[in-house]
Amino acid sequence: MARLARLALDEDEVGRYAMQLSAILEHVDAVRRLDTADVPPTAHPFPVENVLRSDTERPSLDREAVLAQAPVAENDRFRVPRIMGEAP
Amino acid sequence: MTEYETVVGLEVHCELATATKLFCGCRNAFGDEPNTNVCPVCLGLPGSLPVINRRAVELALRIGAALNCTAQRSIFHRKNYFYPDMPKDYQISQYDEPINVDGWLELPDGSRVGVERAHMEEDTGKTTHVGGGGRIHEASYSLVDYNRAGVPLVEIVSRPDIRSAAQARAYVDELRSILVATGVSDGRMEEGSLRVDANVSVRPVGSTEFGTRCEVKNLNSLRSLERAIDYEVERQIALIESGERVAQETRHWDEGDSSTHSMRSKEEANDYRYFPEPDLTPLLPDARLLAAAAEGVGPMPAERRHRLSDLVSGNSELATRRDGSTDQVVTVVDLGLDELVVGAVAAGADPRLALARAANEAAANPDAAKLLDPAAFAALLKMESSGQLSATQSKEVLAELMTHGGDPGQIVARLGYQAMDAAALGSMVDDVIASNLEEWQRYCGGDEKVAQFLLGQVMRASKGRANGKLVAAAFAARRKA
Amino acid sequence: MTASPAPELGSLAGIAASVRAGERSARAVLAVSLDRVRELEGDLHCFNEVTVEAAEADADAVDRLVRSGLDPGPLAGVPVALKDNLCTVGIPTTCSSKILAGWLPPYDATVVSRLRDAGAVAIGKTNLDEFAMGSSTENSAFGPTRNPWDLGRVPGGSSGGSAAAVAAGMVPLAFGSDTGGSIRQPAALCGIVGVKPTYGVVSRYGLIAFASSLDQIGPFAITVADAALGLEVIAGHDPMDSTSLDRPAPSLLATLDAGVSGLRVGIVADFLSEGSECGDAVVAAAEALAVAGAKVDQVRIPDLLLGLPAYYVIAPAEASSNLSRYDGVRYGLRVDGPDTETMNARTRGEGFGAEVKRRIMMGTYALSAGYYDAYYGQAQKARTLVIRAFEAAYRDFDVLLTPTTPSVAFPFGSKVDDPIEMYMCDLCSIPSSLAGHPAASVPFALSPEGLPIGVQVLAPALGEAVMMRVAASLEAAAPREARGPVSP
Repeated sequence: MARLARLALDEDEVGRYAMQLSAILEHVDAVRRLDTADVPPTAHPFPVENVLRSDTERPSLDREAVLAQAPVAENDRFRVPRIMGEAP
Repeated sequence: MTEYETVVGLEVHCELATATKLFCGCRNAFGDEPNTNVCPVCLGLPGSLPVINRRAVELALRIGAALNCTAQRSIFHRKNYFYPDMPKDYQISQYDEPINVDGWLELPDGSRVGVERAHMEEDTGKTTHVGGGGRIHEASYSLVDYNRAGVPLVEIVSRPDIRSAAQARAYVDELRSILVATGVSDGRMEEGSLRVDANVSVRPVGSTEFGTRCEVKNLNSLRSLERAIDYEVERQIALIESGERVAQETRHWDEGDSSTHSMRSKEEANDYRYFPEPDLTPLLPDARLLAAAAEGVGPMPAERRHRLSDLVSGNSELATRRDGSTDQVVTVVDLGLDELVVGAVAAGADPRLALARAANEAAANPDAAKLLDPAAFAALLKMESSGQLSATQSKEVLAELMTHGGDPGQIVARLGYQAMDAAALGSMVDDVIASNLEEWQRYCGGDEKVAQFLLGQVMRASKGRANGKLVAAAFAARRKA
Repeated sequence: MTASPAPELGSLAGIAASVRAGERSARAVLAVSLDRVRELEGDLHCFNEVTVEAAEADADAVDRLVRSGLDPGPLAGVPVALKDNLCTVGIPTTCSSKILAGWLPPYDATVVSRLRDAGAVAIGKTNLDEFAMGSSTENSAFGPTRNPWDLGRVPGGSSGGSAAAVAAGMVPLAFGSDTGGSIRQPAALCGIVGVKPTYGVVSRYGLIAFASSLDQIGPFAITVADAALGLEVIAGHDPMDSTSLDRPAPSLLATLDAGVSGLRVGIVADFLSEGSECGDAVVAAAEALAVAGAKVDQVRIPDLLLGLPAYYVIAPAEASSNLSRYDGVRYGLRVDGPDTETMNARTRGEGFGAEVKRRIMMGTYALSAGYYDAYYGQAQKARTLVIRAFEAAYRDFDVLLTPTTPSVAFPFGSKVDDPIEMYMCDLCSIPSSLAGHPAASVPFALSPEGLPIGVQVLAPALGEAVMMRVAASLEAAAPREARGPVSP
């Protein structure tokens, strides 16, 4: 789970979190056991549809400002250490 | 020896030709300076929110209609995974409620490939790998440009109905021409606005079960697509024949060594943890969206091919005919000259002749041909059909029409191609008979071969002006007499 | 408890009126506010950043407008504090997390722009539980905020800094965010008014997301009228937020003093427990409303209790996705590694605190293959049941009353090691969050130890006007000492 969430945890943390998560899961288990046969899920409090915007240009950010916040920038791009896998 | 059947499904990603990105107002453009078309939304800055581009929805619906899909209410989902070219480390895409479903694409040879879905999603940024020859596995580090992040994509997923590399190529070719013709995309594989991944498997002929499939990526041209499929099919057959199993995996086509390589990914298959995108509302293809989607879009190539075929032969099916008219129909539609033919036929031209001249002669200069007035084209064709002009003359006039425009009748007069009147023709035939009595005797005796010689003499004497058919008829009539 | 009543800056309307009339300069008002901050900030730690220069520049701008005869807006010269999860151009916005320490947004949240356009003067960014996850502000990476009523107790969370700043009289108006109670609960614990609007009434553009289908921005103030004005200024459609309702800001002040005669008020019995001081306050509040002419009754809505477990699946699930972007690539903290994946994991391992990591893992789990239907899918259905339960109740009642939170301000460290104990603080506030309904906390009583107790008023979607009307009535009936500002 930590791998999927890209969280580096030390052994201590793994143990502690595992326990706490189990406790939380037990607590939310009530949700799992609900009889919801004919109940539709609610993704949004209000059923609005088709919120769209027109295809018109808006000013982009100044590149300097953007790269100034980058942890590491090179050649007008964001630099990252070697990537191990191909994109899915 | 077992015979194997190739089974291919294609996933084509198409960048939409909108002015701005899918969820923000940054410019959608190829080739700009890195990281100049970015904003809080497409950079995924904390606190930013997406808002759907109406034009992108219209174009997505247009693609669906072109592929005979059903347009339905759809929602966006988040596809969660970590990768540096993903500003939010999730991609806003569509999952089990996509905008277009259950369509098909008809290829020029008449075969049909099912289209499972054509859904909307945002593009990622672009990564360049530095060091080690630019390949990801040998690189020391990478650089990311987010100009492309957020560009609208439609992913078109075919059913595994494709049975050969050639058919796969034809599918992508036909698809691309549709995408370009409908104004949805510029369809440039080399620029990445059209990307193809192939899912390839094999199975014994006659089997209804699917074999294990491999996904092949990095196909940058139609040629690569064809070659990669051929390679992959061979590779898989070889594995199976030697008793091994084909591993389900993703493979990378290497143009350099003309083969596919396994992409060793250390981790288990990605769990994308799809859930409905809470920052966006569902899309309902209402009348306004559908009308805008259909605006300015004519019939699809397949429909045009059927119509032309029907016009020419009374049969809309493109069964291969020996007279080569199927190829002519395909060529004419491909070049966008079908309207010309249809117009000419409506103005009284002979359909088969119109088709032939369009496919063979007009095709030499399609841009000029598109500007031809169908009525003028029809007038010319009628002159040919009636015998007033020979085929050679007709083709010359057509070329003249395309290069300089004008009126066919005037061009004919200017070139001196008026029909020879019957008397002049008759006297020319008589002259040739008189000068070639021996050959004439042989012809009267039933020798058909010498007819060509006699005909040739008349053509020479008339400097090509005589109409071959009429000359042959004149000889035949005199022989009878 | 040693808190005593504090000097007040006056009502928002009063401040704005005097500034617009040229009677007081915005700079002068600001000076009072900043003096108070200097005096108490050492003890309270309400702020991650006090932006003196920017505030002075904004105040100067307001004063210039006044001098030119132009109208600076309904909040002219009003000093305000902004929760540090609201993006402010060029001013660090950290979410009280190491992972965003020092991050300078290149854009303002819509709410921030609207406040500036209304003439408000932002004086700084307030402390919160990291990424708005928590109920005590103890989860801040930069140290907790203390409750002005008792420095040994929490101010509540996650918007503890904003609540404490108002409660201590540093600013008359502050803004926070509420996902499961993060405005209302600290408001209750700090003896001030806190309002969560209907989902979609206030734009989320520029609010750093925690749980997208639940987050809303809202005001803290000493009085109901001030909270109403604060909400009116920031509310209304925003094209940059697709979930923003296509309506103008609600009109609240006009009907604020219309009284409660004839209104049907329901006490939600499911949230009252024997001998609880917070429950007793609700009963007393209901009685006060009855005296003022409302029809009061008890009502049972047991399905609302499904809210807590459903929330603790949905919120972490959405959060786990919203927080993925903090990967050390484009901004914020980066802890290096030999490859990108390792760099991501180390950055997040070091940059996030324990509660955030817990929730990310919880959320990742709830969404993962094989568990989606059982957890996330079910939770969204439970959400429907909560909405239906409210719908049924609102056929018979105009507003509902509950305690804002089950307990008064608790001592530091008393709940932080038991996540479930902490989550229980949100029991009463969560159902309205799930339903997207508005809710307000009004200070109504003091506990025997002299700690503030808030009563929560719930209304149906877009029922802000009637909700604030009831809140105003409660305020009128409440003892003056039950609300701030106070000096610690």
